[in-house]
Amino acid sequence: MGQAIALKTSQLIRPEGRLGEVFLDVLVRVFALIPISALSFIMYMIIRKGGGAVTWQFLTQAPLEGMTHGGIFPCIFGTLAITLMMILMALPLGVASAIYLVEFAGPGLFFRITRAAVNNLAGVPSIVFGLFGVGFFILFVGRSLDHVLKTGLLFGQPCMLWAAATLAVLVLPVIIVSTEEALNAVPQSQRSASLALGATKWQTIWNVVLPQARGGILTGAILSISRGAGETAPILFTGCAYFLPRLPVVKLFGVIPMINPFDQFMELSYHIFIMATQSLDAVKTLPIQYGTTLVLIGMTFLLNLTAIIFRVHFRKKMGTVSV
Amino acid sequence: MDHKLFKKDIRLGEWLIQKLLLLAGASSILIIILIFIFLFKEAVQFFRTASPMDLIGKTVYDAWEERNVFKMMWQSVSEVPKYSIIPLVCGSFLVAFPATLISAVLGIGCAVYLSEIAHHKVRETLKPTLELLAGIPSVVIGFVMMAFIATFVQDLFHTKFRLNAFVGSLGVALAVLPIMITISEDAMRAVPKDLRDASYALGASKWQTIFGTILPAAVSGISAAVILGFGRALGETMIVLMATGNAALVTGNIFSSVRTMTANIAAELGSVAQGSEHYYALFLVGAVLFTFTFVLNLFSEIVLTKMRQKLRM
Amino acid sequence: MMLAEENQVTGEKKKMAIRTLSGGVLTEKEDVTRNPSKISSQDLNMYYGPVRALHGITMEVKERAVTALIGPSGCGKSTFLRTLNRMNDTIPGARIEGTVTIDGVNIYGSAVNVAALRRMVGMVFQKQNPFPKSIFDNVAYGPRLHGITDKAVLEHVVEESLKKSAIWDEVKDRLDTSAMQLSGGQQQRLCIARVLAVGPEIILMDEPASALDPLSTAKIEELIHQLRKNYTIVIVTHNMQQAARVSDYTAYFYMGSLVEFGETKTIFTNPVKKETEDYITGRFG
Repeated sequence: MGQAIALKTSQLIRPEGRLGEVFLDVLVRVFALIPISALSFIMYMIIRKGGGAVTWQFLTQAPLEGMTHGGIFPCIFGTLAITLMMILMALPLGVASAIYLVEFAGPGLFFRITRAAVNNLAGVPSIVFGLFGVGFFILFVGRSLDHVLKTGLLFGQPCMLWAAATLAVLVLPVIIVSTEEALNAVPQSQRSASLALGATKWQTIWNVVLPQARGGILTGAILSISRGAGETAPILFTGCAYFLPRLPVVKLFGVIPMINPFDQFMELSYHIFIMATQSLDAVKTLPIQYGTTLVLIGMTFLLNLTAIIFRVHFRKKMGTVSV
Repeated sequence: MDHKLFKKDIRLGEWLIQKLLLLAGASSILIIILIFIFLFKEAVQFFRTASPMDLIGKTVYDAWEERNVFKMMWQSVSEVPKYSIIPLVCGSFLVAFPATLISAVLGIGCAVYLSEIAHHKVRETLKPTLELLAGIPSVVIGFVMMAFIATFVQDLFHTKFRLNAFVGSLGVALAVLPIMITISEDAMRAVPKDLRDASYALGASKWQTIFGTILPAAVSGISAAVILGFGRALGETMIVLMATGNAALVTGNIFSSVRTMTANIAAELGSVAQGSEHYYALFLVGAVLFTFTFVLNLFSEIVLTKMRQKLRM
Repeated sequence: MMLAEENQVTGEKKKMAIRTLSGGVLTEKEDVTRNPSKISSQDLNMYYGPVRALHGITMEVKERAVTALIGPSGCGKSTFLRTLNRMNDTIPGARIEGTVTIDGVNIYGSAVNVAALRRMVGMVFQKQNPFPKSIFDNVAYGPRLHGITDKAVLEHVVEESLKKSAIWDEVKDRLDTSAMQLSGGQQQRLCIARVLAVGPEIILMDEPASALDPLSTAKIEELIHQLRKNYTIVIVTHNMQQAARVSDYTAYFYMGSLVEFGETKTIFTNPVKKETEDYITGRFG
């Protein structure tokens, strides 16, 4: 019986089935090229068509004549401002959340439900966050605050504060997951060493674990800034505007300039969207559309690249913890 | 000496810190619950002035046909506002299905390459590229689709509408691709080396091993990736808003202009009066959309858990 | 068997090296048999969930003596060690029955401050685990935690601790450099200095030299010999020769039970139980 299926040595080199395999090998390599080509194509087209528009004036001036001339400085400012506010809200909450999950929560039901909630949050459509921003932050929290503090219509309207809060909720899973990863990468022996010296759990986390997790947390923060800068749907109705006559800045005590969280703001991705879909004169604004897109994609690209480099750097550094 | 052991640390803050961290830990659960509450809170108010049947269609007098016709349309600005959700659901699925299909085929193929065939240096260059692709804002993809891909497709397929479901699904496929590849690849790499070795030791070729051993073993993870990808495709907003044409019609033609649930909300929420029937209708669409994606995410979570348990043997 | 012969004329004691059953050599040490009891466990049982890891351990550790815990892998000696500073508390599902008392106080009592306990009972781990901080910050970690911020005091404490661990000369010029740049043996001595800095009375050592080369091991053993004058030391080791060299008392553990406990010189030359003799002579384990 064995002789019937045993191969003769000559059969070892037989090309049977090889054609199908060769085809699959080629096919799969073509597939693998698609993400790279798509990325390169997009970058190339945008650089080619938008490169001309990005001049120093473009980056530092405000838009003029119905977006056909001038620059996008308010959009750049608004994007930086909103992501700053977003990260100030999301980072403490996300890191604290991850600390609890990794250092305190037992492997029981609460942990599993929280894990499911974080993953679910990551999959919520961005427009749903937009609705949430309107329905919860502006209309519920904002109006209630106005009612309690008797501030008229200050909190209960679309403004930077609520747009940032909505974005913060959106990027929360990104921060939680990367912080969890960073905390888990710290060896248990470090915690044991600290506890055995008489440190409490929190002292151990604050003095030993968190400093060693800094890299991963930073990476997560950068990734979420990139995400926040690129998301449009959550800010459509929570505070973004197409054209504002001045920057959302207020002078504290008349001297110190600071971001006014109750103002509306302009933003890069929103600008691109409105220009592309609602421009009165599409031909005239087209170069600016491309230019703005180039600035946005340049920003997110740079941030993502930095995060990737940081991650590699910190992984290497962790590898030198005692032989 | 004894009293040393009984010394109470003045830091009762340790207890407080733990409670605060617990609150933070519960925040994700809290937020999901809040989304549910505040979406449905507004959504149910739709039924104060409209009946559930209105979500499917309305019978109106059609001047053209000179009789009453049951129309499934979303026409929020009209003498008789129509809030049929059917064309929107149709639009969403008409974009999401092809997008998921395309990205699943490409994605699993890529994942197979990365996991089983690629040299590790190639893998280390390709994975960051995927991350960069994932980092492209959806506005930009939508813009690219609008600006030149749509024309290209129209020239190729001679479609009636330049902006249609197909163009939209291409863009969405690109957006979903990175997550499809990442999760599928993780699932394949998680297949234990022993199984691979066993297959090779029996004389199987690379592709026989892939189809015979690895893909079957990774099927849970790959299914989870597809389900998650489908959820993301359904939830995509900006790409479809810019590339699908936004005509709210019930149609099965992939080359026709469609309006998805997401695009609908994004397009109309800005011009709606708070407290109006239209306003509640939009929240209702949002609630339906959220329910879809919530269920899909939950399902993929269960599938993924099953996969992790299976491999933990 | 006697360890020394007394010269009838001069009263000088002539030291004799005694061969142990394990083939090693017993060294002469000061007599600690009259030292008071420092740690005592009464019928101690320990569980990891439903699994019982320790069976009714009743044992005494004398003050300022070195007590060695020996036995094959998985016999519970490390588990027992960890009950002495309640490090098992960090493992979910771990619980004990019975008592462990230090200076007469049950350390599992509800009024006991676990952090204070761990300051009193220090621990050195099998694999050296310095923090990725400077040498100075490693040693100053404990004191800083417990409220000492005065720079001069910290410097003094750090210097004293590094001296006591016989590593001061090697690092005194580079206290601000990273501890990760030290060799394995130096890192372990740094970890010992770190423990000494919090001012413990008892030092637990879980196979402190098993990851080190013979030269570093010898240094550690020499260090233990110095430290026993002022500290109570309990050391887990799988190296019997080391146990014979270093300890005053030895406890032989097997499968979570204490088989025999006694003075080292007895255990290694004339043990009571046959199982002990089998282990020591290498007939098994």
